[in-house]
Amino acid sequence: MPLLAVNDLRTYFHTRNGIYRAVDGIDFSVERGETLGIVGESGCGKSVTCYSLMGLIPQPPGRIESGTALFDGVDLLHCTPKQARAIRGKRIAMIFQDPMTSLNPYLRISEQLIEPLLIHEKISRKAALARGLEMMTAVGINDAEKRIHFYPHEFSGGMRQRVMIAMALITKPELLIADEPTTALDVTVQAQILELIKKMQRELGMAVIFITHDLGVISGLCDRVQVMYAGKVVETGDTRTIFYQPKHPYTRALQRSIPSLQPKGSELYTIAGMPPDLSKPLPGCSFAPRCEFATDRCRTETPALSAQNADHPHACLRAQTGEI
Amino acid sequence: MPDPILQLTDVKTHFPIHEGFLVKRQTGTVKAVDGVNLTLARGEVLGLVGESGCGKSTLARTILQLVPTTGGTIVLEGKNLTAGSSAEILDARRNLQMVFQDPYASLNPRMTVYAMLAEPLLVHKVCPSAEVPARVAELMTLVGLAPRFMQKYPHEFSGGQRQRIAIARALALQPRVIIADEPVSALDVSIQAQILNLLASLVKKMGLSLIFIAHDLSVVKHISDRIAVMYLGKIVELGSAVEVIERPRHPYTRALISAIPTPNPDVERARQRIVLAGDPPSPVNPPSGCTFHPRCAYAQEKCKTSVPPLVKIDDGREVACVRIGEI
Repeated sequence: MPLLAVNDLRTYFHTRNGIYRAVDGIDFSVERGETLGIVGESGCGKSVTCYSLMGLIPQPPGRIESGTALFDGVDLLHCTPKQARAIRGKRIAMIFQDPMTSLNPYLRISEQLIEPLLIHEKISRKAALARGLEMMTAVGINDAEKRIHFYPHEFSGGMRQRVMIAMALITKPELLIADEPTTALDVTVQAQILELIKKMQRELGMAVIFITHDLGVISGLCDRVQVMYAGKVVETGDTRTIFYQPKHPYTRALQRSIPSLQPKGSELYTIAGMPPDLSKPLPGCSFAPRCEFATDRCRTETPALSAQNADHPHACLRAQTGEI
Repeated sequence: MPDPILQLTDVKTHFPIHEGFLVKRQTGTVKAVDGVNLTLARGEVLGLVGESGCGKSTLARTILQLVPTTGGTIVLEGKNLTAGSSAEILDARRNLQMVFQDPYASLNPRMTVYAMLAEPLLVHKVCPSAEVPARVAELMTLVGLAPRFMQKYPHEFSGGQRQRIAIARALALQPRVIIADEPVSALDVSIQAQILNLLASLVKKMGLSLIFIAHDLSVVKHISDRIAVMYLGKIVELGSAVEVIERPRHPYTRALISAIPTPNPDVERARQRIVLAGDPPSPVNPPSGCTFHPRCAYAQEKCKTSVPPLVKIDDGREVACVRIGEI
């Protein structure tokens, strides 16, 4: 049984301008110890998916319309608040994109770091602080004994992200959700943080859901990749399959628009048009208006995520029939 | 260089640090830019890379004289911007424009696109006021926006479109040099490519010179003719874009390039990465000698004492490392 199995999750936002179908019927699962990468452009629903699992969607305007998310037998979307509290922050932890805004500037690092321990475990403050110190050292913060009592503003961006990781991992979670944890950081610091996540994953044996828009980051870190577009999963599979045999035209286009893979000086490949407005009904395949392979059938018939090959499902009608 | 359009000689920008509650006294200086020599040829694209806090943006602002220089000279087409009066600087600014990183913050939310693009034309009296609307429409077409959006406000546009507006605003006065400070960092991959294509085509079409600042080396490699790598206020390596990215010489450039993740699982998993320890040191209290020595894998005793100058090596590249011959 997978650690987490999400089934037909739909999260809609009911606004004055209409209903935005941010996540529109997605299924996926994460095995124990596995790393799943979720890629896609901004607004494709990758963050909303994870926020839905963690119960972080502001309601209203958001509403989880349907779906189940079984985490070790407990449905995260329909369980009691008490059950959710026992899992969130203890067995599932999350790190966010921006380490500058996700730490409380009024509290010392020590207070924030040991808070999950004090809530979830019967532990004395002193013992919790000792664990906090251990964790700070484990994530590579030198001079942790002194620095644990600092305020967030006294840390650099990379250090703050390390603190966030330490805070997320202090309860030894089984699943870590990382929402673009390196986007706001320099490449050199990004390399450090990615190494750190890999190391901690090895030590704790936890599963990781890694959200990013950078295919380069995915390639070295993830076992499986899931590509999202307009609130739906369009292709999913083993990392090597997705990189070397992408089927869906959107995955191919994403790959082709990476500057480092294109000859220097030539015009860069761009995906024509813009992502669709999710508040309008989208007949047919949502990528069809931007797709170079689209036919009339693509504009009317909604493709389902399926394939002859169960390990590599994708949602492209023409790829499924073997035309492209 | 045969015909430089912009020449920086030993440019320094230092910021004083004041402490004290009632009586302020200077307790130190941040050497944000510390002795930069750089020339920009006509029609050239120069990429400027480095980690955050290395002084790239301060250098850009110094060139535009948005912050005063502490020392050195900046010469634009024969005019020394550092010594001139404010009237001369104002005049020179027509030829020197900037595009900022965040198109959500750099456009005034209360001004329409028309108002934003017309303002420089009216301030500098470029054309009779009757011709302004036609000129604004022309600018919008140039950056790929339909002139019918003229009366819209920034919030009605997407990030990529806003960056196009910012570029149009920079082009309004037909400048000779554009400085783009991380113009694509805030944008999605597919939108990034569109803006890069636009910048590259404008450079070609209008004969502009461009200083392109970014921390994403693959983007910089694609657009630039030459690349300058900065570390703690100094240039540590300067050379042709392909050479610097494919055959980096300075230990810092090597580490920087090795840190870029490649979108190729087999290559990515097989390669050895140089992971730099720690953060860049504080520019308030920089290390002695070569400022990179505490993080450098090749550092020796002599690196701690002598400051390496930027010297030309065999292939026309300039590198600031005392051990360059040995490593």
